[in-house]
Parts: sequence; C-alpha cells; structure tokens
Amino acid sequence: MNDLKPETGTWAANITKNTTRLAVWTGAWVLTMALANYGPKFLWNSNEALTIIAVLVNLATGAGMILANKRHLQGLDELHQKIQLEAMALALGVGLVVGLAWSNLDVSDMFSSDAEISHIVILMALTYLGGIVVGHRKYQ
Amino acid sequence: MKNRLKVLRAERDWTQAQLAQQLEVSRQTVNAIEKGKFDPSLPLAFKVARLFELSIEEIFQDETTA
Repeated sequence: MNDLKPETGTWAANITKNTTRLAVWTGAWVLTMALANYGPKFLWNSNEALTIIAVLVNLATGAGMILANKRHLQGLDELHQKIQLEAMALALGVGLVVGLAWSNLDVSDMFSSDAEISHIVILMALTYLGGIVVGHRKYQ
Repeated sequence: MKNRLKVLRAERDWTQAQLAQQLEVSRQTVNAIEKGKFDPSLPLAFKVARLFELSIEEIFQDETTA
C-alpha cells in the first residue's frame, strides 16, 4: 500500500510560484500603464520621446504579463483550465456582443456619453470574474 | 461517467488531499471527479489507474453502456 504524504509537493509549489509571478507581472503592467497614461500630463510635460519610451515599456511589460498568464494557465490542473476556459469564453463573447451593440447605439447618438474602450475592459473583467465564481461553484 | 474513485480511496484510507497530491491535481478536482461532475482526461484516467494498480475500466464506467 502506498504511503501518501500530505498535500504539498512540487505541483502545488509550482502553482503558487506561477500565481505569484503573474501577480508581479500584472502589478508591473498596471504601474507602467499608469505611467504611460498620466506621465505625459503630470511628469514630463508631454515630452514626445519620454511618452514613446513609456508606451514601449508598457508594451514590453504587457508581453511579460501575457507570457506569465500563459504559463499560469498551463500549470493549472485540467478542471481549473476548464473553469478558466469557460470564464474567458464568456468574457470574450459578452465583450464582443455587448461592446459592438453599445457602439452601434453610440453611433446612432442614443447616448449622451461616448462608448469608451475602458467600459468594455471593465465589462469583460467583471464577466470573467463572474464566470470564475460560477465555474468554481459548478464543480464544487 | 460513473467511477469507483471514492470507494477505492476509502479502501486505502486516503484523504482527497492526499490523492490529489499523488495525481498532481487540486482537491477540488478529485472531489468533482468523485461526484461525477467532471470527467478526467485520458492521461489523468491512466494516472489514476496506475496509482490504484487497476485498469481504467475497473475504475471508470461509461453510463451509456453500463
């Protein structure tokens, strides 16, 4: 009979490591996004060269975040990959369908405010979070 | 798909967490498989079979043919 050890081990440790790495990359991306967004106005008085550098740094950090996310997803077990896939499919679908419908209404001047890309990002993020919660409950 | 995972685990006096660690999956995944809410992939099913030293058919049964 196998003598099983408690729940520890390299697999669980790798999950923690990948999650931490993703959190660090995401934090760095958010910071560089803020820098590229607010820097021209508040830090370097719209200096073109510094703005381009800030945007390039933001893009490079974003690439790092994407790779960290890919590694994080590949490290998950198959049930959690399924939960992530379903949540991402929902977020993508809702973002596309609602985003374009909203855009159509905006083009037709049905809104007093403009349809902003940030609204779609918020909608997709909230849908993704909702999908994750629903997925975890579904497979409890 | 039905399975005997819970029975086999109980016979060996293993917890879900211990089985999950051996299979390199989360405890939630073991629980979902035991409850029939999630069907494992073929590689994971083979891993389960190797761990219990049984064939896949002795652990997992297709409900449509059972």
